[in-house]
Amino acid sequence: MTNSSEAFEDLGNSSTPAAVSRVVLTAADIERALTRIAYEILEANKGSANLLLLGIPRRGYPLAQRLAAKLAASDPAVDPATIVGQLDVTMFRDDLAHQPTRAPQSTTLPVSGIDGKTIVLVDDVLYSGRTIRAALDALVDLGRPRAVRLAVLVDRGHRELPIRADHVGKNLPTSSTEKVRVHLSEIDGGLAAKDEVVIEAGA
Amino acid sequence: MTSVSYLIRSASLLGQTTADVLIRDGIIAAVGTDLGADVIGDATVIDAAGLIALPGMVDLHTHLREPGREDSETVETGTRAAALGGFTAVHAMANSSPVADTAGVVEQVFSLGRESGWVDVRPVGAVTVGLAGTQLAELGAMADSRARVRVFSDDGICVSDPVMMRRALEYVKAFDGVIAQHAQEPRLTEGAQMNEGIVSADLGLAGWPAVAEESIIARDVLLAQHVGSRLHVCHVSTAGSVEIIRWAKERGISVTAEVTPHHLLLTEELVRSYNPVYKVNPPLRADADVHALRAALADGTIDIVGTDHAPHPSEAKECEWASAAMGMTGLETALSVVQETMIETGLMSWADFARVTSTAPAQIGQLADQGRPLEVGEPANIVLVDAAARWNVDPAAMATKGRNSPFASMELPGKVVATFFHGHPTVLNGALNTPYRAVTAS
Amino acid sequence: MRHLLDTESLSYNNAIQILDTAQEMSAVGEREIKKIPALRGRTVVNLFFEDSTRTRISFEAAAKRLSADVINFSAKGSSVSKGESLKDTAQTLEAMSADAVVIRHWASGAPARLANSGWIDAAVINAGDGTHAHPTQALLDAFTMRAHWAKLSGTASVGADLKGMRVVIAGDVLHSRVARSNVWLLRTLGAHVTLVAPPTLLPIGVEHWPCEISYDLDAALEAGVDAIMMLRVQAERMNASFFPSTREYARRWGFDDARLAKLDALAQKDTIIMHPGPMNRGLEISSAAADSPRSTVLAQVRNGVSVRMAALYLLLSGDMREPATPSNFPPVVAPSVPSVKDFS
Repeated sequence: MTNSSEAFEDLGNSSTPAAVSRVVLTAADIERALTRIAYEILEANKGSANLLLLGIPRRGYPLAQRLAAKLAASDPAVDPATIVGQLDVTMFRDDLAHQPTRAPQSTTLPVSGIDGKTIVLVDDVLYSGRTIRAALDALVDLGRPRAVRLAVLVDRGHRELPIRADHVGKNLPTSSTEKVRVHLSEIDGGLAAKDEVVIEAGA
Repeated sequence: MTSVSYLIRSASLLGQTTADVLIRDGIIAAVGTDLGADVIGDATVIDAAGLIALPGMVDLHTHLREPGREDSETVETGTRAAALGGFTAVHAMANSSPVADTAGVVEQVFSLGRESGWVDVRPVGAVTVGLAGTQLAELGAMADSRARVRVFSDDGICVSDPVMMRRALEYVKAFDGVIAQHAQEPRLTEGAQMNEGIVSADLGLAGWPAVAEESIIARDVLLAQHVGSRLHVCHVSTAGSVEIIRWAKERGISVTAEVTPHHLLLTEELVRSYNPVYKVNPPLRADADVHALRAALADGTIDIVGTDHAPHPSEAKECEWASAAMGMTGLETALSVVQETMIETGLMSWADFARVTSTAPAQIGQLADQGRPLEVGEPANIVLVDAAARWNVDPAAMATKGRNSPFASMELPGKVVATFFHGHPTVLNGALNTPYRAVTAS
Repeated sequence: MRHLLDTESLSYNNAIQILDTAQEMSAVGEREIKKIPALRGRTVVNLFFEDSTRTRISFEAAAKRLSADVINFSAKGSSVSKGESLKDTAQTLEAMSADAVVIRHWASGAPARLANSGWIDAAVINAGDGTHAHPTQALLDAFTMRAHWAKLSGTASVGADLKGMRVVIAGDVLHSRVARSNVWLLRTLGAHVTLVAPPTLLPIGVEHWPCEISYDLDAALEAGVDAIMMLRVQAERMNASFFPSTREYARRWGFDDARLAKLDALAQKDTIIMHPGPMNRGLEISSAAADSPRSTVLAQVRNGVSVRMAALYLLLSGDMREPATPSNFPPVVAPSVPSVKDFS
């Protein structure tokens, strides 16, 4: 059993050490992008009412937490602890039979539940769109939100499904042989922990 | 009939001295290092340089299954296997269907053996009617029959009733017979699946305690002493049994004992696979038992090796452990396993091998023309062995119908190159040749 | 992970992974829609050679919550009772493209035989074999204990083990696959196990198991215990001289009202009482004990579905093209002896 919880985009070739990589977003870039997305969310939602942020494991969840903190900073009515949740999509994926076994992550919802809420799904990289497809299925089983929006740090293109993000930190044209790696201090901790997004050249 | 003769050239007799052996008319006609052309005559020469010559092996414990279970084995297939394994005589156990408990059945088996012509087939008579343990079979009629039965056994089932055992031991004194006991206390082994101990505890298989064997042996040696009879203990499997037999022999009790090749090599650890090819009665025991059995065979406490060759159809083994039949094939691997466990380990010489596989079992079975020394004038029952050869056991390539060899895919030493049965090569170059046709008096 | 046959060969990491996955699965059971599509299109066969409605429906619920198709195959009234062999039955299921076979069998080792014989490719889950093993029962017991243990220490149960927990398992150990599987799994998870039984109901060789042995239930309770698991006494043992009478058994080895009171008197307020079910009330456990707040009997049943979902998910969701992931789940000890071939 491989306990793989890598992002969707990493599967299948994650073991290849990258020969060439370049930083496309620095920590400051990420910070600015998230600030902008937080404002966009408030604007689109006309305020913070009935707003919930659901991060998709693993890196979508800390991004959702950061966004919630920014929402709270601009709107004192927001309690960041009560509007953030984690939505695991593992068991809704369409590729379970074609990948090594993945252990599911936990799904934790705000106590308010999701019925009638405006949900913002948060993920780090938008690629084929299949993760978001799985997330929409997972949401359906949990309740009936009023609306579902999507916020991603990076949109790298190559969509395989008719899915589009509402809020994008950075559009990043890539080749499908390249790999986009998002490093966040909450997940990729350790001494060298720093936030950045890098593109690794394909093999 | 024309005289047929063979010259076995440069064989190592019992692994001791190198000599030529001339066989003529079923008899060893000459033994020497410089036999003249006048002596050799037109004999067919068999180059036996590097081979060991041994007296043909005698199995006191073979299940030939015929009559009744011809799907498992027939006298023909079983004796082919025996010849390939280096045997010139086998004792066919009585648990056929019908049971060999009358003169008619033992004579039938005896005749089938004669017709096949690969080895001497000596029927074992049942001790009790139908192996049911309640009524003595007609032991005297079987002894007096053409089969001349001298060994009686309910093997597969223990003669557990002490009175029945006493009567049987006493009765066979009339014709110098011997009771071969399958020592297994039935109440202590109800539903038993494997040796009782650490492994059975882990596997959740009903245990077969050593004491179930040892208590019967202890009782029987005391009975044999009390009534002054001969007792043979089949397939001894535990260190405790060895101690009891050693004690009995020290007291002068007339007891002989047998060990199977598989109990000399395999342990209960194999059962962890739940593969029923390792299911056997008595069960595979612990490592300490295996070493006690080897030591006992080497020091003479255990007298003989008996194969307990027990072929089964594949469906009897291709199932869950508890449903599987007990038993293993052994005729075609006995020599190799005994070489591996007793000779390669330095515990025994080839001369000892001849004693435990030929001389002693022939004496217990009272076979006058088997188990004889390799000397002039003796019956030419001889096996030639390439002790340096190594081979991989392939049950599918065996002559026995049974594919249930626990040694499958193991590499073992020693190959039978030729077997001479009454001077006729039943096996040549490691393959079946032709059966022996006795010159009938009529 | 290829098969789940026993707990003796289950590694620490795999055990924790199953328990952690079961934790996520339990959340599914609490939702309004208790179904996830993880095993859509997969076929799970419940192959039961021995009656056990409880275990079968637990596996059935687990498979259905994962959206697998379930085929129930009971030996009763089928060709199995007419002498069809395990091999033929297995190959019939294989021909029907079973992805997993959940097997319950009266013969110890039947699941291992099925998994290692080469008769089928499907994943094999042991749902109880003879007196050998019942790994999903042990896992659900451990799951129940872990939830209790984590709650006591105020920590999250995910990722946790049972280090330091004192567990007493009392009753017919000799014939109990539940006891065997628990002993090995609890050892792996770091718990300290004491088996309490009449000497007649302990297997020869038990002294080599990684646990303590006692004949005295009261002494075991007085020594301090965090979980006590009572084993069922089968009716057929009662007249086979394993113990003199059911009354004497209940007095010496049953968890009766007096012992329930004793737990209170010993101030062991957090000790839970477990039973794999079905219970013989009044024999190995009193009604008061079974129905007390300490009892986890119903939680065990509930957790059974989650644990079986986890096992099915972890065995079946992996790559269909790869027969096995080599390093993690070792097969049971199987010397490399080829299966006995057919002859004609």
